[in-house]
Amino acid sequence: MATREFAAHELHAAPQGFIRKWVFSLDHKVIGLQYYFLALTAVFVGMFLSLLMRIHLIWPNATLPLFGDIKPETYLSLLTMHGTIMVFFVLTTAPQGGFGNYFLPIQIGAADMAFPVLNMLSFWITFLAYIVMLSAFFVVGGAPLHGWTGYPPLSALPSAGPGEGLGADLWVISIALFCVGALMSALNFITTTLDMRAKGMTLMRMPLTCWAWFITAILGLLAFGVLFSAGILLLLDRNAGTSFFVPLVTVNGQLAGHKGGSPLLWQHLFWFFGHPEVYIAILPAMGLCSQLLSVFSRKPIFGYKAMVYAMLSIGLLGFMVWGHHMFMSGMSPYTGFAFSVMTMAIGVPSAIKTFNWLGTMWGARIRFSSPMLFAIGFVSLFVSGGISGPFLAQPVLDIPLHDTYFVTGHFHLIMGVASIFGIFGATYYWFPKMFGRMMSESLARWHFWFTFIGTYAIFMPMHYLGMAGHPRRYSQLTELNYLHGLVPLQKFITYAAFVTIAGQFIFLFNLFWSMKAGKKASDNPWEATTLEWTTTTPPPHDNFGGHTPVVYNGPYEYSVPGAPRDYVMQTDPAIVSVAH
Amino acid sequence: MGLVLLIVIWLITVISTYFFVAKTWWLPTGASTAAAGIDHHFTTTYILMGAVFVAAQVALGFFAWKFRDRGASSSKAASYSHGNNTLEILWTVLTLVLFVGMNLMSRSIWASERFDSAQPGALQVEVTGMQFAWYFRYAGPDGKFGAIKPELIDASAGGESALGLDPSDPASKDDVVAGTMYVPVGRQVELILRAQDVIHSFFIPSMRFKQDAVPGLAIHMHFTPIATGEYEIACAELCGLGHYKMHGMLKVVSPADFETWLTAREAEKQ
Repeated sequence: MATREFAAHELHAAPQGFIRKWVFSLDHKVIGLQYYFLALTAVFVGMFLSLLMRIHLIWPNATLPLFGDIKPETYLSLLTMHGTIMVFFVLTTAPQGGFGNYFLPIQIGAADMAFPVLNMLSFWITFLAYIVMLSAFFVVGGAPLHGWTGYPPLSALPSAGPGEGLGADLWVISIALFCVGALMSALNFITTTLDMRAKGMTLMRMPLTCWAWFITAILGLLAFGVLFSAGILLLLDRNAGTSFFVPLVTVNGQLAGHKGGSPLLWQHLFWFFGHPEVYIAILPAMGLCSQLLSVFSRKPIFGYKAMVYAMLSIGLLGFMVWGHHMFMSGMSPYTGFAFSVMTMAIGVPSAIKTFNWLGTMWGARIRFSSPMLFAIGFVSLFVSGGISGPFLAQPVLDIPLHDTYFVTGHFHLIMGVASIFGIFGATYYWFPKMFGRMMSESLARWHFWFTFIGTYAIFMPMHYLGMAGHPRRYSQLTELNYLHGLVPLQKFITYAAFVTIAGQFIFLFNLFWSMKAGKKASDNPWEATTLEWTTTTPPPHDNFGGHTPVVYNGPYEYSVPGAPRDYVMQTDPAIVSVAH
Repeated sequence: MGLVLLIVIWLITVISTYFFVAKTWWLPTGASTAAAGIDHHFTTTYILMGAVFVAAQVALGFFAWKFRDRGASSSKAASYSHGNNTLEILWTVLTLVLFVGMNLMSRSIWASERFDSAQPGALQVEVTGMQFAWYFRYAGPDGKFGAIKPELIDASAGGESALGLDPSDPASKDDVVAGTMYVPVGRQVELILRAQDVIHSFFIPSMRFKQDAVPGLAIHMHFTPIATGEYEIACAELCGLGHYKMHGMLKVVSPADFETWLTAREAEKQ
C-alpha cells in the first residue's frame, strides 16, 4: 500500500501558474474549496428562491423588484429549483465534496486523494451540472415546475405545463451530469479510504468524519448510478418517443402519443436513489458533530464502535426503505407494510447515535466555542426532525400526513437544517486550518442564535399546518376553505424566514472578513487530536511537508488520566494500558 | 453560555409542545369509520414520540449547562470513558421494541383500509382527476360503467365529454357524471381512481382518505362516511400550475336524499 501512496504523491508536484493552482487544480484541498464555494453560491441562490416563495404565499399580488409578478407556475418553478439546488448542489456538495475532499486525505495521513485527475473532473462536471441547472431559468418557458422529485407524466410531457419544455430537459441533463460527477467522486473516496491510510491508521482509528465520508461514498456509488439511468430514460421519454414512464394519457384533450409506460417505475427508481440521498446529506454531518462533541466536551466519543456500526446499518437499511415515500402512490399495500417495518427499524441506529452524543456530553468539560454551539444545535434539530419520522413511517398515519406541510417540516429540520448545521459547524471548526485565520467568535454566536431559533420558528409550525391537512406545493391559499384559518401561521413562518435569512448575512460577512482580517490561527487552535492539527496552518501542498505521519492512538483521546495535557494526539506515543 | 443554551432549548421544547398539547392546530374532525382508529393511533404515536422529544431536549439542555467548563473554579477533569456496552444494548433494544411495536399496533387499521377489498353492497364511484378538476361517475341502474375512449375526450366541454365517454356503448347510456361527489351516509363507498393526464392525489382530510390517482391505473379503494355534511376534497400531488385550485366537494347526505339526487341526474340524461 505504501508504494502506491507515494506514487500518488509524486504524480503531481506543486503547481506554479494560477490556472493549474486555483482553477484546474489536482490538489484535493483546492478542489475541496472549489466544491465549498460552489455550494456557498448555491445555498444563497436556493435561500433566495425560498424567500420569494414565502413572500408569494402571504402576499400573492406583490410585484417584486427584478422579478415582477409571481404567477402560480413561477411559484412551482421556484419550488422545483429550490429543492433541486439545495439537495444536489448544497447538501450533497458541501459536506462530501467540500469538507470530505479537503480533510479526508489529511485525516488519514495521505498526501492527496487516490485519483487526483478524476477528482478534478468530478468537480468540473459538477460545476457544469450547476451551470446547466441555473440556465433553466433563462430559457423560453422558464424553469420546470414538476418539483425536485420530477414525477412523470408531469415531468415527461412538454404540454403538461410551462417550464416542462426546454427547462425540464436542462433539469434532467443537469441531474444526469451531477450523477456522473458524484459517481467519480464516490470511487475516489472509497479507494482513498481503503488504500491511502498512513501507517497505524487502522479503520477503527479513523475519525468518525472519515467513516461518515466513506459510508456516504458507498451510498453514492450505489444510488447515483440508478438516478443516472432513470434520468436517461426520462430524457428518452421526453425526446425520443419512448414510453418508459408514460402510459396512454390525454393532456388538455390531446393524446400525448405515449403508451404502456409506468409512472410508478420512475418513483421506484427515483426513491431508490432519493432515500439513500437523505443519508448522503446527513451522514457527514453526523460524523462531524460526533467529532465536534468529543473535541469540545474534552471527552472520548461515547461508544465509538457503536457509532461506526450505527452508520453502517443506516447505510445498509437506507437502501431498503425507499417505498415509504410511496405509501399513497398505488404501490401494493403489502409492500407498503414491509417498507414501513424497515423504516421503523432504521430509526434505531439513529436513536443510538443520539444516545451516544448525549453520553459524550455526560461528565464533560464543555467549551462553548462556535463549532460546539452548532454541534449541540445539530443534536437538538436531529431529535426534533427525527421524532416526526416514526409518524410518517407508518402508512396509517401517512394517510392524513403524506404530501402535507408535516412532511415539509420533517425533512427540512432533519435533512435540511440539521445538515446545514453540520456544514456551519465544519466551517467554524476547520476555517482556521483552511485559511490560517480564526473566524470572529462573537459574530459566529450571533449567527448561531439567529439560525437556531429562526429555523425552529420556520419549520416547527409547518408540522401544525400539516396536521390540519395543509397540502404542500400550493402556490395560493385562497381556494380551499379550510386553509383560510391557517394563513396567520403561514404569515408567522414568512416573518421568521425574513429574520433567519437576514442572520445568514452575518455568516457571509464573517467568512470573507475573517479571511482577510481574522486573528492568526495557530496549528491546533482547538486542541484537537486528529492528523489535520499536526500539520501547519494552512497545510502545505503535500499535507505533511515531506513526511508521512505514523498513528499510534485512536482519534478521541481526551482527558486521559495521567497524560500531561487533556488531549493525546493520534501521532503521540501510544497510551499504555488504559482502563475503560 | 451553557445556561443560555439550556433556557433556549427548554423554551423551544415547551412552546412546541404547548401547541401540540393544546391542539391549537389538529387533524380536522373525522367523519368516516376509519377516522377513530387512525386518530387513536396518531395520538398514541404522538404521546410516545412526544415523550422522547421532551426527554431528549431536556437532557440536552441540562447537560450543556451541567457539564460546562467551569474554568479555573473547578479542577475536575472530564471523565475518561469510551462508552458502555450494557447501555448500548439496552437502548438499542428499547428503541427497537418501541418503533417496531408502534408499527405493529397500527397493522390492523392499515389492513382494513388497504388489504381488504370493498364490501359487495358498496356504492361504486369512479373518480377521474385531470388538470385541474375532479369528475365523479356513477354507473346508473345497470350497475355498469360505459366505455371510455381517449380520442373522444374534450376537456373544454366538461362532464361526459371531458371523460371521453363513448355514447355508442349501451352501458354508458345511464352513467351519471358530476362535478360534485354525492354519497349516502353510512354506506361504504368503493372508489375507482383514475387520472387522465398526470398524477393527482385524492385527499379528503375529514374522511382520513388519501390515494394517488395514477394515469394507466384504476385503483380501487373504499371508505365509509358516518356523518352528513359537506367536506372539501383537495389534490395532494403536484399536478401542474393549477394544483392549488384543484379542489372538489364531497356531499354526504341521507340515503333518501342521495336516491333523489341520483334519480334526478338520471332523468336529466333521458
